[in-house]
This record gives sequence, C-alpha cells and structure tokens, in this order.
Amino acid sequence: MRTISFDGVIVGGGGAGMRAALQLAQSGYKTAVISKVFPTRSHTVSAQGGITCAIASADPQDDWRWHMYDTVKGSDYIGDQDAIEYMCSVGPEAIFELEHMGLPFSRTEEGRIYQRPFGGQSKNFGEGGQAARTCAAADRTGHALLHTLYQNNVKNETVFFNEWFATDLVKNQDGAIVGVIAICIETGETVYVKCKATVFATGGAGRIYASTTNAHINTGDGVGMALRADVPVQDMEMWQFHPTGIYGAGTLVTEGCRGEGGYLINADGERFMERYAPNAKDLAGRDVVARSMVLEILEGRGCGPDGDHVKLKLDHLGEEVLESRLPGICELSRTFAHVDPVKEPIPVVPTCHYMMGGITTNIHGQALTVDAAGNDQVIPGLYACGEVACVSVHGANRLGGNSLLDLVVFGRASGLFIEDALRQGIEMRDASMTDIESANERLVSLNERNDGENVSALRKELQGVMQNYFGVFRKGEFMQEGIKKLDDLKERINNVKLADKSNAFNTARVECLELQNLFETAEATAIVAEARKESRGAHAREDFTERNDDEWLCHSIYHREGRAVSKRSVNFAPRTVDTFQPKVRTY
Amino acid sequence: MLRVSVYRFNPETDANPQMQEYQVETGGRDLMVLDVLEMIKAEHDASVTYRRSCREGVCGSDGLNINGKNGLACITPLSDAVKNDKLVVRPLPGLPVVRDLVVDMSLFYAQYEKIEPYLQNSSPAPAIERLQTPEDRAKLDGLYECILCACCSTSCPSFWWNPDRFVGPAGLLQAYRFLADSRDQATDDRLAKLDDPFSVFRCHGIQNCVNVCPKGLNPTRAIGHIRTMLLKRAA
Repeated sequence: MRTISFDGVIVGGGGAGMRAALQLAQSGYKTAVISKVFPTRSHTVSAQGGITCAIASADPQDDWRWHMYDTVKGSDYIGDQDAIEYMCSVGPEAIFELEHMGLPFSRTEEGRIYQRPFGGQSKNFGEGGQAARTCAAADRTGHALLHTLYQNNVKNETVFFNEWFATDLVKNQDGAIVGVIAICIETGETVYVKCKATVFATGGAGRIYASTTNAHINTGDGVGMALRADVPVQDMEMWQFHPTGIYGAGTLVTEGCRGEGGYLINADGERFMERYAPNAKDLAGRDVVARSMVLEILEGRGCGPDGDHVKLKLDHLGEEVLESRLPGICELSRTFAHVDPVKEPIPVVPTCHYMMGGITTNIHGQALTVDAAGNDQVIPGLYACGEVACVSVHGANRLGGNSLLDLVVFGRASGLFIEDALRQGIEMRDASMTDIESANERLVSLNERNDGENVSALRKELQGVMQNYFGVFRKGEFMQEGIKKLDDLKERINNVKLADKSNAFNTARVECLELQNLFETAEATAIVAEARKESRGAHAREDFTERNDDEWLCHSIYHREGRAVSKRSVNFAPRTVDTFQPKVRTY
Repeated sequence: MLRVSVYRFNPETDANPQMQEYQVETGGRDLMVLDVLEMIKAEHDASVTYRRSCREGVCGSDGLNINGKNGLACITPLSDAVKNDKLVVRPLPGLPVVRDLVVDMSLFYAQYEKIEPYLQNSSPAPAIERLQTPEDRAKLDGLYECILCACCSTSCPSFWWNPDRFVGPAGLLQAYRFLADSRDQATDDRLAKLDDPFSVFRCHGIQNCVNVCPKGLNPTRAIGHIRTMLLKRAA
C-alpha cells in the first residue's frame, strides 16, 4: 500500500473541514482535505436560514452574552459553558472574516449584514423579547458559505483529494492517531495517508433514520471510524428533529420561514403553538415545536386524509417577501410538496435533522476520551470539528443558526491550534505494518467476502428500526425491543455483501462501508437513549417525562467496547461571565 | 412499469458503452428521476453508477442528460422527463466518461478556477463587515446561486468544441458574479485575463445554458454584460 504524507489531514470538505483547511493552508504547513464528494456537494450546502451571531446589525445593542444565554438554555443546560462562551464571543470575528472573503450576505438599508429572528432567541437574557440574530444570505446561507470557503481554499491552493473515501483511522502502538486509510473512488486505489494531525470534519449521520432532511452522504463516517478505533462518543441520544421537513419528501423548510412571520396550523386551522409556548409561539426551541406537532397529530388534529402532518402557513406574508427573503423555499415547496407557498400552506412534519452528539472535544478541537477515574484525556493526533464533534455547544438541543456558527468557529479554532502545535513540533511514532493492516482489515474483509445480504435492504431495515423505536418520543420497553432488532442486524451488516468488486468509481463499495458507519452511529444512539432515564432537550421519554438534574445534568459517554455508558461532567465555568444556572426551560 | 434505459460503461470490463434497459415498478407515482435510479441500484443492479448527495437540487451532484435534456435527476419529475413511456438517462455530454453516468469534470472545474472565483480586495478590512447597499447586493442575485452542476457548460456547443479555451457558461457566470460585486477591486485585471478570442467571445448566444439551468439562472445575459465591459474597455 502506498503511503502519502502530510502535516495535517482534514477528513471532510464541508464547512468545518474547509474552514480548518483554510487556516492550515494559510499557515504554510502541508495540508490536505480528503472529501468523499467534491467539496461544494457537502451537506453544509443545504443550510438555509442563516448563521446566528451577535454582530449587532439588526440591534446595535445586541450582546454575545445574550446569545450565550439563549444557547445554554436551548441546550437544556448540558451545553458546555466554556465552549458556548468561546463560540458566541469569537463568533462576530469569524462572521466578519467570511464577509471579507466575499460571502454574499443579504443587506440592511444601512449596508450591514441582514439578520432575521430565529427560534429560541432573546434579548437581555430572556427578558427583552424576541431577538433577530441570524445572519442570512436569503435562504441559501449554507450554499453561500460553502462556496465562499471553497473559493478561498482555491485562492490559497489547498490540496484536495476529492472523491476519496476515508475508511478507518490508523493508530500507532502508543494509541496515537497517525492518519487514515483512504480509497480513491475513481481508481479504487487504497492508500495510507500519514499525518501528524487528523481532523475529522465528517458531518452528521441523519441517514440512520428513514425520514431525514440530511443528504444521502450523511452516514456518520467519523463516528463509525472513531468508535472502531476505541474513541468514545458523547450525547449520542440527542438527535434534533426539525419541525418543518416537507411531508413525504423530508426536505428541509427553514426555521427562517417562521422567523419571517410564518406559523404552523393544525387541521382546524388553529395556530396551535400559542397553546404550547405562549410567549415564543412558533419560535420556541426546535425540540419544543417538534413535540407539540407530534402531540397535535396524535390527538387527532393532524392534516390530510391520514391526519399525519400539520401545515406551515406563509401566504399572508405576501409574494414580495416570499420571493425576496425565501426564494429557495418557494422553489423547494413547488418541487417537492407541489404547493405554491404564496397561495397555500406547506405540509410539514418533524424530520431528523441534526446530531447534537459526536466525538468529545475541547475548544481547540482536540478529541478527548475519559479515563477510568473520569478525567478527560487528549487523544494524540485526533481532532474533530463541526457536526461530528461534540464540543459541546448544543447540549441536548441545538438552536437554529448555531450549527453554521459552530462549524466556522471551531473549524477555525482547530486550524489555529494545530498550526501552533505543528510549530512547536509534534513527535509521534510511525505506524507499524501491523497497525496499518489492522486499520485496513474491514475493507479487505468486505472485498474478499462473496456472500451476505444486499446493502440497500439492510440499510432500509436499519432506518426503519431507528425511526420506529428512537424517534421524537421514546419509551424504555420500546427501546429495548429496538436494541434487540439492532442486535439482529449487527452481524448481518458486518457481513454485508459487496455485489460489485470492480475498481473504477465503485459506489457500491462506498455504500457498504457507509452502512457499517451508520450502524455504529445507530447502535450508540440506541444504547445511550435507553440509558438516559429522563427527558431533556431532544430526548423525550414517555416513561421518564421530567428532567432529572440530580442524576442526569451531565453528558453521556458511549464506549463501543462492551457498549458501556458512563457520565461526564458538563462545564459550568465560563471564563468571563457568571455561570448560567439551570432553570425550568419554558418559551 | 416504466422502461428505463441507462448508459453503461465500465472501463475495466467494457470495450464500448451500451444502453441497458430496466423495468421499474413506479406504482404510478410521479417520482423524481433520482428516485428511479436509486430503485435500480437497490433492487436491480448495484453496479449502476452515478453521483448524488443532497437530493434537493442544491449540491449539483446529479447533473445528467435525461431524455435528451440536461438537468438534475433529483428535481426532475418523471412527468416532465418521460417521453413515449420511456426514460433515457445518459451522462452529461462532452466530458470524458469515468463510469456509467459519472463524467470526469476536471476540465469544467479548471475553467471555474481560471476565472479566479474569489473576492479580491486589497484595502485593509474594516473591524466589521464591508458595507454594501441592498441595491448593490441585488446585482449578485441570479449569479451567486450557481451550484456547479455543469448542466449548462455541457449543453453548450462552444464548450464542446473548445473546453480548454472557452471558459463556458458556468465559469463566465461566476466571472460576472465577481465583476458585479461592489466589494471586488480586480475588475480591470479580471477583464484583461478574459480579453482574448476564446475565453468569452466563443459564446454564440445559443442559449442552451439558459434553457437547461436547474436553478433558473441566465449565463447568456451575464456573458453579454462581460462582452459589453470588454468592448468598453477596448474603446
């Protein structure tokens, strides 16, 4: 197997990966990005409504501490306050950098960046009413951001390995991460990519569910690779169901629709969020809105012949607002719902959207594990940022507009830290032949196996189990049943059949490897969801309906070995502001 | 049952490409073309190869030639595409085929990179954003939304003839996106680099690009603006 060497290798060419790459490329260190798709095809491109940050455009008095308060509350108090403080305070600088790079933000009359209201936003620590803090490029903010980052990487001559797929981490005898095994999809060649810093920016894994807003490529590759290398993952029970996925298709309709004045209605035409969240109404936290929608449906007030969805009303905003502020939504709705939002409401249903959990990191992107005594230990050589990381700024529920900020701020922070570490010198022992072979074992066994089941059928079965047993509302006995079904799937997925053994652009091989990553992600989710016996944020249990701060005001940590679950403390020690103490969370 | 004919070519085993036919049970639903390809790959033949990612028309992965017209498989419904009860899917024309429906896009990307697709502004950046009026920002609408799917450039006869020298509609749309940006200071340099007989002037106003753009953008109009700027500069 050929070896290629770099100082830093970033796995994933979405927003986080390209922001980290940009930082490293500018530093002069030998950097490469491995992306399984051409970078602008990454899922960041689908982000619509915007990037939340206190840049004080819509409100000159706006304050990053108010943003921090909202984010801590939104996280249902298991977001780490040092990380949230870092994100909210550094955010404006990171946004202005993007604008200087050319990101075509929408503008106010004063020529500043346009900001719109989003869910869970407030002024003055929840006392001053709804804020408008989400910076937007119409409803195509992710597209504008991703293309701007790609363009600036072109400018800085970053080395891209596009349409290369990383299969597994390479670990040396000291347990340090010293690169990855990767396949060039076009030729089928397998290579050991050796480096001193491996940055996972592999994004989410929404494809573990049958109904998701996520792209086909969101298959939890980083989570799968981490778990197989004995790197634990954190808060995997926390999955965000976005209130407004288009009924039937799953495609996303931005929260910005409700920010611009749209609202949800049930079969009676009632604006039901007024009952569930009297103050914030349709702009309550996403977990709150999604649950309210499901309750409306369960109580028989759903729309359509099967009463299985609700509707998002926008027509009262008028054609001009819709075409200028939400042009992409009009397009998506006409294509996928066959509904013109200028005239009729859009049928919507809560749809899996975002993985709050992931690889535990500190604010520098360094991956962490927890030792037997419960102390954080840095995993040498491994970093993570963006959706695959759990730093954790989102805790049990992410606020809309915070994912783009997360990936920009922590992509940047990882790059800055690695640059510094490289400058100081990183010494790691080389991987032995055995280390490399052991990392390549999964791929070799897939290539050599001639029996097994069809990848599509197995994937469909897995997605069905997750959808049915680990959805918006969860219950112990159902989850235990779901875990049994996963147990049955485990060996079958490990032994999936690769029907096509050819080398050139073999997407069947990639799909098999992705399916195994989906399974690792799903299993972690299932085990931890069953273990967390309370309701918090996105994790809502019918058998434990209350938040239990005495036992569960903490992160969950999942170890693949023995499927063990442990607890990790939440950070309540921001550096420059007072701690936000847990309170009852109402909107 | 829908008759689907798919272009197949595996460089490891096939001397020549061929069209392969599948019978797909759509249940009478108005699926998207990508859904049909996914059904073929899942239920008929795992070796059928194509690119796809977002499945909602924003990532630009699945630009294909569908019943003779370039478009994105994920947002082209069968009701728009199917003719005579048959769906014919081929790779985008004019680029080398890697395998089946996957083309080598290197030339397309090279033309994009050639126009220096990034903002150039050498004045010191302010502590906040650079200001831009809503009117100036509106000049970027219809330009920045490009998803680099290559439907336009690969439907352009001028690009088929000179893919190495004619920038093509996608690249030129982005060239104009930066020429039109009030924050960009490299106008003269950008125009100088485009001022030759091939880069821009190979556009003959055929407008296939406008006809196929899945985002409803108008590269011909942008190219017209660049021509005018080039002519004014020469005068």
